[in-house]
Amino acid sequence: MSEAQLAFGIESFYKFVGEGKLMGAKCNKCGLVMLPPRPVCTKCYSKDLRWVELKGRGKLLTYTVIHVSPKQFEALAPYPVGIVKFEDGSQLLGMIRGVEPDKIRVGMSLTVDFEKTSAALHTQQEQWPTWPRYYFKPI
Amino acid sequence: MVGKPLVSIVSAGLSRFGRREGVYARELFAEAVSEAFERCPNLDPKKDIGALFVGHMGESYEHQGHTGPTLADWAGLTPSAAVRTEGACASSGVALRLGIMSVLSGLYDMVMVGGAEKMTHRATAEATEFLAMASDYPIEQWNGATFPSLFALMATAHMHRYGTTERQLALVAVKNHRHGALNPKAHMQKEVTVEQALASRVVAWPLKLFDCSLITDGASCVVLTKPELARKFTDTPVNVLGSGQTSDSIGLYEREEFTSLKAARLAAQQAYEMAGVKPDEVDVAEVHDCFTIAEIIAYEDLGFCKPGEGGRLVEEGATALGGRLPVNTSGGLKSKGHPVGATGTAQAYELFLQLTGQAEKRQVEDAEVGLAHNVGGSGATATVHIFRSGFQ
Repeated sequence: MSEAQLAFGIESFYKFVGEGKLMGAKCNKCGLVMLPPRPVCTKCYSKDLRWVELKGRGKLLTYTVIHVSPKQFEALAPYPVGIVKFEDGSQLLGMIRGVEPDKIRVGMSLTVDFEKTSAALHTQQEQWPTWPRYYFKPI
Repeated sequence: MVGKPLVSIVSAGLSRFGRREGVYARELFAEAVSEAFERCPNLDPKKDIGALFVGHMGESYEHQGHTGPTLADWAGLTPSAAVRTEGACASSGVALRLGIMSVLSGLYDMVMVGGAEKMTHRATAEATEFLAMASDYPIEQWNGATFPSLFALMATAHMHRYGTTERQLALVAVKNHRHGALNPKAHMQKEVTVEQALASRVVAWPLKLFDCSLITDGASCVVLTKPELARKFTDTPVNVLGSGQTSDSIGLYEREEFTSLKAARLAAQQAYEMAGVKPDEVDVAEVHDCFTIAEIIAYEDLGFCKPGEGGRLVEEGATALGGRLPVNTSGGLKSKGHPVGATGTAQAYELFLQLTGQAEKRQVEDAEVGLAHNVGGSGATATVHIFRSGFQ
């Protein structure tokens, strides 16, 4: 399926995550980048959008280390979750991997990476949703 | 200049909060409503109450939808119109605002607004999961974020930007438990020390168990009427002078800042302006301390202090009983408990007691102006209401 045929929305966002890409929607009228993509620009209401691939490099704005987790994440706990501001200005929340929780600092540089399907948590999930996962790791 | 009353509160009721084994939302609500009727003998419920707006967050807890008429039915309020409102933890703050609007519209002379939630019969993991539904699913919940973790993200940002400390967070818990110990309807009527709070187990760093509010069963209600009719029902009405509500992105991650809730700031602006009241004129406030950091941010969003100074405000004792602006005299969500759908009107109940001189051991002397701040989710919904005693 070509990018042009994909609807701007959550399902397409995760379809791209499954392909190892972080894709947002950019409004051709006002330039707003929406991550995850949305079907209508929330700033100027235009539907004239295009896909943009984000490099996925940015700085950690804030973080937490989750000790008490929902059932499906219990095996991972304690696990860090943070909000990253990418170089293009958009922001995303995700798990942080590949660094000890006590070494995590606000302002540190992180990049997005994608779970390989074989090890994916989502393979345990039988019902909706079966989205693949992305995460952040130190550069 | 103080604004004109929008509506008057002539009565209020609150169930006992806590782990109410085998008591369901409809029964808790009936308990709250019966107190409101007992307080107001001149009120004829079947004749006077035109509608019920009732906050309820989740069908999942009791496998019960259609909760507007369910709660009206069990409280003896049918055939009045019954509307369930949902704004996560601000569900009954939203109900209060809709009730005000319905009286102001002229459609009803009198309405009841309230809320109820039954939570403690479910395992903690289940209750945690149901609560998390108030946050964004595809990005936040899917990536393992829990409700406490979203407020932990705010706490980390506040600590990083302003130097707020974990001890200052703990002091919010200590203060609210001290207040809650004076409230016979509070869930946890016992004091905690700062050492106990700091040593409690980590839930989502930097938030620990004592930074989190309680999973609680409870219900609340207040009765609203036109100001000119209030004297028929009570000599001591409480007037609502200002009402504000705004919304923000469902995902916390999209916001420009994590050290303030924009929806709460804007709702406060609306309410202050409508009421003609300034932050330094507030005598007593009930704020949404779902987590200790949320109370510190609330001080700043409501203009009780400058941004970044919330930690110091609690440290100085300004917001404790006896301080210059007592906050959460009921014990707050932290100690009184947080049956999510009931919280907004439970705040209004406490202010009704305070502004009519009925708050007993936790009474704030000469309290005249009160403020309630109710937040849904991680701040996608916020309501602020300003009240003034109406019998001067």
